[in-house]
Amino acid sequence: MNAGAPRTMVAVESLSVTLDRVMVLTGVSCAVSEGGWLALIGPNGAGKSTLIRAAAGLVPYQGRVLLGGADAATLRARERARLVAYVPQEPVLPPDMTVAQYVLLGRTPHLGYLSTPGRHDRARAHAALERLDVARFAASRLARLSGGERQRVVLARALASDPTVLLLDEPTSMLDVGHQQQVLELVDGLRGDGRLTVLSTLHDLTAAGQYADELVLLDEGHVVASGPPSAVLTAALIETVYAARVAVTPGPDGRPVVTPVRRSAC
Amino acid sequence: MTKRTALGAAAVFLVVAAGVAAFVGAADLNPLATAAALLDKIPFVRLPSSLSPVDRAVLFQIRLPRVAVGALVGGLLALAGAGYQGVFRNPLVDSGMLGASAGAGLGATLAIIYLGGEGPSVVPLAAFIGSLSGVAVAYLTGVAASTRTILGDGVATLLLAGIAVGSFLTAVQTFFLQRSAQVDIQAVYSWLLGSLSAASWQQVTTILPYAAVSSAVILLHGRHLDVLAVGDDEARTLGMRPGLVRGLVVAAAALAAASAVAVSGLIGFVGIVVPHVARRLAGPSYTSVLPLSMLGGAGFLVLADTLARTVLSPAELPIGVVTALVGAPAFVWVLRGTTSVDT
Repeated sequence: MNAGAPRTMVAVESLSVTLDRVMVLTGVSCAVSEGGWLALIGPNGAGKSTLIRAAAGLVPYQGRVLLGGADAATLRARERARLVAYVPQEPVLPPDMTVAQYVLLGRTPHLGYLSTPGRHDRARAHAALERLDVARFAASRLARLSGGERQRVVLARALASDPTVLLLDEPTSMLDVGHQQQVLELVDGLRGDGRLTVLSTLHDLTAAGQYADELVLLDEGHVVASGPPSAVLTAALIETVYAARVAVTPGPDGRPVVTPVRRSAC
Repeated sequence: MTKRTALGAAAVFLVVAAGVAAFVGAADLNPLATAAALLDKIPFVRLPSSLSPVDRAVLFQIRLPRVAVGALVGGLLALAGAGYQGVFRNPLVDSGMLGASAGAGLGATLAIIYLGGEGPSVVPLAAFIGSLSGVAVAYLTGVAASTRTILGDGVATLLLAGIAVGSFLTAVQTFFLQRSAQVDIQAVYSWLLGSLSAASWQQVTTILPYAAVSSAVILLHGRHLDVLAVGDDEARTLGMRPGLVRGLVVAAAALAAASAVAVSGLIGFVGIVVPHVARRLAGPSYTSVLPLSMLGGAGFLVLADTLARTVLSPAELPIGVVTALVGAPAFVWVLRGTTSVDT
């Protein structure tokens, strides 16, 4: 590699996770370089969310997780929180909290135990609101927001902590196709201008192929394939892992498009 | 309403309640002379008052300590209730849950029945110890019963353990009660229903240190309880330690409730109604709910006590009866407005 090669921001090395005596991940390794987007794909129960949660420090694991080159196990909770922002599949949104209050919670990693958010914290939270185009909802209650607005507000909270790594667990699962695209474009834009590294799960294979630089295909806790979308999204691999019949064709931009095919279709 | 406006309103409410309580009572004090005597106590203010020495004693040794104890007890109960609600992410938790009330009840009952000869001074101590022991037993039961972290994912088990321990302690208390003499039963019941009639400056100085420490700890955790509202996982990824926050707030709330119960007996509804009203006034953030609850609870209990000692004057209503009579309808009213939000 040449001297200008981007450094690795997140690396997972022989990661194994056992939950309730069931091995959910077995010796998984993958890495994302600075500014990249790695999407984890795979059938339900493959261990995608568990990998994200392990990277977020939420489940005990064997192996190593490296964040910005440092072993995550050696980082203190607040140091890790300043480095990494995590958005779960179903974020808890206290219904009566206002958008501004909620996004300000994102500043928690930067506050001492007894300190309160100051002017700088409010400014950063507001910047995150503006970046995701939800500043006009600042005074609204979270319960009032639509699905697409919620997802943007949750992303704003994640960005308010000025993270270098964004962990997203199915960021689009509750959204219609238009809002899905909007959120993915947003995340893409965020990493473009902010040196933000993204590690996400995505169940929509075509979307994963369009937005991620690299894909990791998981099945029953093992890595089945990894690499650029064109290498991972092949009809043969998908049919084996998902037990589905699909056609993979190049889209307008050359990236693969995965289409399910009806069995009786001629 | 903004936080600042709401806090200002609550402070005014407390001052007005204390004022009313100081001027109203069985002894008919001259209002002007009373006002003069009160203002005279303010540093650098000198006002001659025509209050007789007896009236002066009524004002400074009976009414004012009672206002002070009422404000302390109300503030502590409401603050403890609000703190618990944040810890359990459940707006229906009261300061007496987790075995606190039942433990205090058992402690006071045993003291009245078996240590009655020692004078009334042991009852507050027995209630205080009983209340803290109730919470400790509930905590240990929860730890034993839960497969998950009791101050983390398993926190709902702690609440269930508190309910189980509470029922058990109440049953034990009933057992001792039904075997005891009529006169003791009456004494126990009048304690259980709550009263501030024994209020004195000595009581104030006894509970003040506990009140100060516990309320300081709870008030400092408003921001942390707000973070807990998004769930333990997200709180942890925000760099917080939910177990530490819960442990500190539960311990402080248990101490606050125990100190209140020790001097007042069991007073219900303050810990649950007042935080609800606070939420309706200034929103769900605990940075405002906690201080608002403390001020509002103080004012509410001072007013309730004024009612308790004047409605049937010179007889007194148990203050627990007044807070429940006012609190229950208020609770229904509050629930009507918040069910859609809390569920």
